[in-house]
Amino acid sequence: MYGTGLAKGLAVTLKNLVLPSRFFTLHQYPDRRIGLLGLAKMSGTNVVSYTFKNPREAVKSLLGLAVVEDREPRHPRFRGQEFSFYEQRCTGCASCAKYCPLGIIKIVTTRSGDAMQEGEKYGLEVFDIDIGRCMFCGLCVEACPYDALHMGSGFEEGNYQRQELVFDIDRLRRAPKRPSTWFRPQLEARGYDPETDGELGWHDVGRHERPTTEEQAERWARR
Amino acid sequence: MLDFLSVLDFFKDNLPDPLDRLAYPIAGMTLAMIVINAVVMSTALYTWFERRVLGRFQSRRGPNRWGPFGLLQPMADVVKLLAKEDIIPDTADKPAFTIAPILLLVPMFLVFAVIPFGADSFLGRLNVGVLFILGVTGVSTLAIFMAGWASRNKYAMFGAIRAVAMLISYEVPMALAVTGVVVLAGSMSLLGIVGAQSVPYFLVQPLGFFVFMTAAAAEMSRAPFDMIEAESELGGGYITEYAGMKFGILQLAEFMAPLATAAVATVLFLGGTSGFDPIPGQLWFLAKAFALVFLMLWVRATWPRLRVDQIMGFAWKALLPLALLNMFVVAIELVVLQDSDTGAITRGDLWAMAAVNWVIAVVAIVITANVLGQRRLRPETPVPSPLANMAAEAD
Repeated sequence: MYGTGLAKGLAVTLKNLVLPSRFFTLHQYPDRRIGLLGLAKMSGTNVVSYTFKNPREAVKSLLGLAVVEDREPRHPRFRGQEFSFYEQRCTGCASCAKYCPLGIIKIVTTRSGDAMQEGEKYGLEVFDIDIGRCMFCGLCVEACPYDALHMGSGFEEGNYQRQELVFDIDRLRRAPKRPSTWFRPQLEARGYDPETDGELGWHDVGRHERPTTEEQAERWARR
Repeated sequence: MLDFLSVLDFFKDNLPDPLDRLAYPIAGMTLAMIVINAVVMSTALYTWFERRVLGRFQSRRGPNRWGPFGLLQPMADVVKLLAKEDIIPDTADKPAFTIAPILLLVPMFLVFAVIPFGADSFLGRLNVGVLFILGVTGVSTLAIFMAGWASRNKYAMFGAIRAVAMLISYEVPMALAVTGVVVLAGSMSLLGIVGAQSVPYFLVQPLGFFVFMTAAAAEMSRAPFDMIEAESELGGGYITEYAGMKFGILQLAEFMAPLATAAVATVLFLGGTSGFDPIPGQLWFLAKAFALVFLMLWVRATWPRLRVDQIMGFAWKALLPLALLNMFVVAIELVVLQDSDTGAITRGDLWAMAAVNWVIAVVAIVITANVLGQRRLRPETPVPSPLANMAAEAD
């Protein structure tokens, strides 16, 4: 019949006005609205016992005000920002800067000279990655000969200033060392998951097994 | 309470004797000032209410920054508008451009002049109040057309042309719907109509109420009939070229229209000030008007805008027959039911009319909707695509 749609529309807007669950559809990103059934499922009980145990949460969920964090699990090979950078492994060769298709990595090393002892490596003065232009292709990570640079696993980097998206070396040092297993078969073979497993030290992310002290001594002897 | 005579007596008693003649204008101006200020303040509050409730209807928050619950938002709006530059386009017709907002605002105030807010609170007791309201609101059409014409802007002009076409069309069913009320009440004075409603007339003639509210929504150019200032098509219509406080006055008039309409509809169809005893009539009036305002807001929040041809068709093909039917039915029932000697109508008669009229209203609305909703079952001729021609030429 003609005209029933009008009544249906009026019902929809009235529900928006009256039902608390429809008051505010906007939520801060990681939160998600959840019903009583979902809450009970999450706590591993049934609805009745959940309502009995924490009635306040149950009432809130019935009003549509209960909220839980909702993050989709990411694959370990997820290419995100917050590059995991291990300064101890970096020689300042600038391969990453050369391979970057967008030219957004800037590296300045210390000058080689008298101050540098044998066996030491170049120090890094500047290492800027302009995340705001990065397309997360991962070529810099593929290019790194020493496994010093890894993709990170985060993606929540909302900012008001484009300038704040330029990661300088201090920020890279401070970033959580949770390397993605993108182009890092040694991590993938170990079954490492950057979300659930802990942070990795610079000894653990290399491409090869770390030689034991005996092997190291043998190598020196062979030389 | 707030009636003219008591205020007049107050001034007569307190003014020195030689100035007694001035008591009459002073009392009138005092009351007029009170009513005008009350109306403007309630319009300011209504803008807040409308935006806030509209937000809730659409699952968002309305203005909520300035003051508790955003209550001071109208104040901020006014300050902003006052601080803006008052721009008049070079090619505009300056006198008409300046007068138009005032001409749009004044009828709204004039409507409130005859409305009985309580059993004894009103500004003027006209015995042709209904006629006065219908005539005065007709001026707004002229004001809108003046604003659009004087702006020298094609969008303003389009808005004005649409306004004239639409507003004049909708005057007809509106007047006919009001005629039903006048016939039934046997009086054109608003006080007389209020007194005659032992049963509220929206129960007695639902069809008339429906037609009146629809036509009033169109007269106010509110959704779903807001194509006069259709933002998506005309960029504001006749208000396109206005800025500063002129724009503010236009907005004020536009937001005052629902209040005026709600007040008139309350008097005509909801029984005005009548109600239970412990609550004073003024509060009853406010509550009923508020309910009507809410109804209009609800409709505005829900339904999309109609097309131009649909709007004109709706006025002439749906509302006009319905209004005529309503008037016809009411007149026949009146002849059959009323006391042959005194012409009086009892309460029981009104309830009987209500029962009959509801059935007629539902059937008539369903039939009209189905007749209007039919579309010819004709397959549309496909428009040849230019790309298809290109492909053919390539062969």
